[in-house]
Amino acid sequence: MHFDFLFQHIFELTITGLALGAIYALVALGYTMVYGILQLINFAHSEVFMFGTFAFAWVFVFIHGTTSASQGLGSTIGLLILALVAAMLTSAAVALLIERVAYRPLLKKDAPKLIALISAIGASFTLSELMGVRDKVAAWFGLEDNLSNYVSNARDIYANPVTINPKGLFTIGDYTVTDVDLVVIGAALAMMLALDIFVRRTRFGRGIRAVAQDPESALLMGVNSTRIIQITFLIGGLMAGAAAALYMLKIGTTRQNAGFILGVKAFTAAVLGGIGNLRGALLGGLLLGVVENWGSAVFGTQWKDVVAFVLLVLILLVRPSGLLGEALGKARA
Amino acid sequence: MGIKPNLRALAILATAGLALTACGSSNSSGTAADGGSCGHYNIAFLGAETGDAGALGLNMVGGIKVALKEYNDKHADCTVGLKDFDSQGDPDKATSLATQIVNDDSIIGLVGPGFSGESLATGKTFAEAGLPNVSPSATNVTITQQGWTTWHRVIGNDDAQGKADSSYLTGTLGMKKIFVIDDASDYGKGLATVVKDTLGSAVVSTDEIQQKQTDFSATVTKVKGSGADAVFFGGYYPEGGLIVKQLRQAGWTGTFMSGDGSEDPAFVTTAGAQAAEGAILSAPAGPAPADFNAKYKQVNGSNSGLYSSQSYDAANIFLAAIDAGKTSHEDVNSFINSYTADGVSGPIAFDDKGDIKTSTIYAYKVTGGKLDVANPTAIK
Repeated sequence: MHFDFLFQHIFELTITGLALGAIYALVALGYTMVYGILQLINFAHSEVFMFGTFAFAWVFVFIHGTTSASQGLGSTIGLLILALVAAMLTSAAVALLIERVAYRPLLKKDAPKLIALISAIGASFTLSELMGVRDKVAAWFGLEDNLSNYVSNARDIYANPVTINPKGLFTIGDYTVTDVDLVVIGAALAMMLALDIFVRRTRFGRGIRAVAQDPESALLMGVNSTRIIQITFLIGGLMAGAAAALYMLKIGTTRQNAGFILGVKAFTAAVLGGIGNLRGALLGGLLLGVVENWGSAVFGTQWKDVVAFVLLVLILLVRPSGLLGEALGKARA
Repeated sequence: MGIKPNLRALAILATAGLALTACGSSNSSGTAADGGSCGHYNIAFLGAETGDAGALGLNMVGGIKVALKEYNDKHADCTVGLKDFDSQGDPDKATSLATQIVNDDSIIGLVGPGFSGESLATGKTFAEAGLPNVSPSATNVTITQQGWTTWHRVIGNDDAQGKADSSYLTGTLGMKKIFVIDDASDYGKGLATVVKDTLGSAVVSTDEIQQKQTDFSATVTKVKGSGADAVFFGGYYPEGGLIVKQLRQAGWTGTFMSGDGSEDPAFVTTAGAQAAEGAILSAPAGPAPADFNAKYKQVNGSNSGLYSSQSYDAANIFLAAIDAGKTSHEDVNSFINSYTADGVSGPIAFDDKGDIKTSTIYAYKVTGGKLDVANPTAIK
């Protein structure tokens, strides 16, 4: 136990924890929104994130090439924004595909929720393995040579050739906060705020809340619930794409199963904050990121998941519906 | 996968029938091998051909194929085949595959298992069935301490590597404060433990990470806070590459060293050329000779990699046993125990535990944005 170490480096551990927590929070939104309207855990959401990370790296490979380089945040800003847009669009497309193929046919037939859950797990495996055999898929079309920069060694680590080196901006305590830290935390908070306003203030947002509260009454009041469910998946996908871009900015490598662990963490964050609650996802994500870092410092890095999950159990014992356990539908306009 | 007894009998009959006809046709040439009639033997391979570490397993299969191609070109009338079993590096999958291997009568020996975890999980099965094996790559120290009399490896174990790495860090490089990290795997933790024990008081602090972890900010804080001038990491390149990248991004300028699990060009891709520069990666394997690489390329159509030359040497041991007429498990095993040769990976002979007698540990360096695989330094 190294509590002295934790207190000596409290700022560094907190800020780097917040940066990872912000990414958890953005992915957690997808889980929480789908749960809010369908009472269903979308296990394929981790793959939505994973596709975003690849789209981000592919944009860099396409424009920059495969030569390894390292640049500051400022000089790559144009490429970064392009890659961010590509990641968000790709993730949104994958999320819509999941909704269309894995959910809508089941919802139409009024299948039990458990069936949809299995369908989600199936979709998750399919998408992850599809990314893992993309070299063979390319070979079917005879494109493996043309696309070798994108598809070769499909199951191995895939890295963004451009390393984005953080630049120190100012010092808090003994830690120099970098521009990457600020961009990751800032972008995540801005996205959250925008989404919160969207759900509370717009017509579609009202539709989402209506379906979350009572799908049948919403239908009677003329809300197109199929369209609303689609929009919910779309938004979840966009947020996961943004999370993927921020993750690649911070970490820089991905692989076909990169979504799994991050998905589990994001789902934990969603439950921690209160599943179905947007602000809860933010709080849960940030808290989880920080607690993992503190736990690593005090007990050793091998204990970080233990610390995070013990915290989850303790919070659920006291507040079974999570920290801000309020459903999406009850959010006030 | 249990084949019903009567089915198995049928299968054996069918194989025997095939074998008889095949040998019948070769009788006319009158050049049957010294060992008598042709037995249509197979060499098995067990290791990861797909999955996270699939690239390493393919290097091994490629090496075996070169050895088989050479042998079969000389013995066209009585060829030896390869049966490969893909464990994905997973000890659980390897266990069920091991049962298949020991129940296959055409298999005279096994090249593998590829990794330490699956070796520890399957060793008992092979030892009880008496099936001899030669691993090209499993380096965990404890495997050869289990009393499995059929278990061999043509690669120096983690004990040898850890001791060499420690002397390189403190002796050659003159490091005083070393931070040791491991990834909690059988291999990574084993290697890191040897390094820790050998370095003794030069270890300033330690940390243990998890495989598949990608954010190491807490570990980075610890390394910086400890004032270490060097980091040793026991583990594989997906984590090793990210650790050195995040250390460099946090402004740490010390020396980074890791073992053969990180000795892969993908280490540089993962870390980025700038962060990987100057990193030292040790391996109990030297560069393969140029003519082996040429043969490998000709047979497999790709370049040889880590463990290719060891796998070639391992397969050649079994092929030499067949040539010497040793085909029962006991005969092959005692043949391996007394085997000596100059392989492409170095001199090959085994001690009484099945470890290779002499092995040299090499230090590879990342220079000019590339892992220099051709010019490692031998660590004394």
